[in-house]
Amino acid sequence: MSFQGYRRPDDSVGVRNYVLVMPSVVCANTVVQNIGRELPEVVALTHQHGCDQIGEDLAQTQRTLVGLGRNPNVAAALVVGLGCETLSAESLASEIAEVGKRVQLVTIQEEGGSLKAQEKGMKLAQQLLQEAARYQRVECDAGELVMGTQCGASDACSGITANPALGVASDLLVEAGGTVILSETMEFIGAEHLLAERAADTWVKGDIYRIVSRFEEKARGMGVDIRGAQPTPGNMAGGITTIEEKSLGCIYKGGTSKIREVVEYGQRSTQRGLVVMDTPGNDVESLAGMVGGGAQVLVFTTGRGTPVGSPIAPVIKAASNSTVYLSMLDNMDINAGTILEGKESLEEVGRRIFREVMQVASGKLTRAEVLGHREFSLNRIGPTL
Amino acid sequence: MNAKDNVAVAITELKASTIVEIGPGQAQGKLPLLDHIPFGHKFALEPIRMGETVVKYGQEIGMASQAIARGEHVHTHNLESRRGRGDWERPRR
Repeated sequence: MSFQGYRRPDDSVGVRNYVLVMPSVVCANTVVQNIGRELPEVVALTHQHGCDQIGEDLAQTQRTLVGLGRNPNVAAALVVGLGCETLSAESLASEIAEVGKRVQLVTIQEEGGSLKAQEKGMKLAQQLLQEAARYQRVECDAGELVMGTQCGASDACSGITANPALGVASDLLVEAGGTVILSETMEFIGAEHLLAERAADTWVKGDIYRIVSRFEEKARGMGVDIRGAQPTPGNMAGGITTIEEKSLGCIYKGGTSKIREVVEYGQRSTQRGLVVMDTPGNDVESLAGMVGGGAQVLVFTTGRGTPVGSPIAPVIKAASNSTVYLSMLDNMDINAGTILEGKESLEEVGRRIFREVMQVASGKLTRAEVLGHREFSLNRIGPTL
Repeated sequence: MNAKDNVAVAITELKASTIVEIGPGQAQGKLPLLDHIPFGHKFALEPIRMGETVVKYGQEIGMASQAIARGEHVHTHNLESRRGRGDWERPRR
């Protein structure tokens, strides 16, 4: 199975050909946004971080931003820094460039203010756009894809239709030699024993239990019942009562393969096949972590309906029931509700999702892309100092 | 969905006093619903005692916080998590 992708200097394959303009720190957001307004062809990404962070929290932010820049969907990147931030713009730019990618850097304090930084940034971004346009799509193997999986605004059908169907697609990609990321540690609670049974070795098994108990401890440390937030009010209206029930439906997304590795948020896996990433249940943060970890394409199941997209990777939406598919048709790519109606089997919908992934990888736009959905936020694990 | 389950999911909205056919796989037979069951919600396949484990997908999804009758709506009013219960501990300071 093959698709048409952009071959990068490090031999990775992009399914989109973006020039990314990204700040190293929140203080540079406006300059980034202004460049994005003048040059709508770039992806202008803003975030709230980059300063007054320490330890593993700072490391996670840096790892994820570097990973976003290195994502194969990014042809070239422009980093905009302030000059005095904790997360050095120079190191961000040079770490992204390590994979052979074209990276430019503008620093507001060095340029002498926003206007000068913006002017220089626009010139550099324009050059990068011209260079990126030289990439042509070429035939690539399905095994070169990293697919992130997500479920959000779930209902009780998610665990019966869309998630197990996505699991079928996940198994197909793993069989083809590709990589699938199963995320959302919050939604392993109560189902971790089933994942642990599928661990490739005892290290992976230990890692699965470790990330789940770390997450649950943190939530319990707040001294409240997590039902205030998980399942969400929408999940509950949709018939999901407990986090255990939500988790058991959630983990179907990853399919039935052996779990090869557990990686941290925004970390790239060293293994192919099914891997687990430690992300929160929050959809936007979880998607950003997987894209930072190298996912070129994301499949997102939903029962209540969500419009969320991602700035760097296409997001394919699969509805768990026909009611939401039809009522939010603008946002939905796949209807898995046909399974409940007996019109299609899980296997058939799974194959349909897999075909859609291949088509989107070759350039077909998802509904979220057409509507311009580029939601983005980074997960934090430490205090702001 | 699994032979071990003591709850089932309504894949269409079901009115109270509807009689549903159960099976195959689960305790077969006719089951009169005691409550209105919205689309995607659960009802009990057998009587469940307070504190007893509620099973769906063949796995534990929590415990009954009160006795549940056969055919009754099973949701947040009578089923709760055993996991993530920070409210069962003293908050740490």
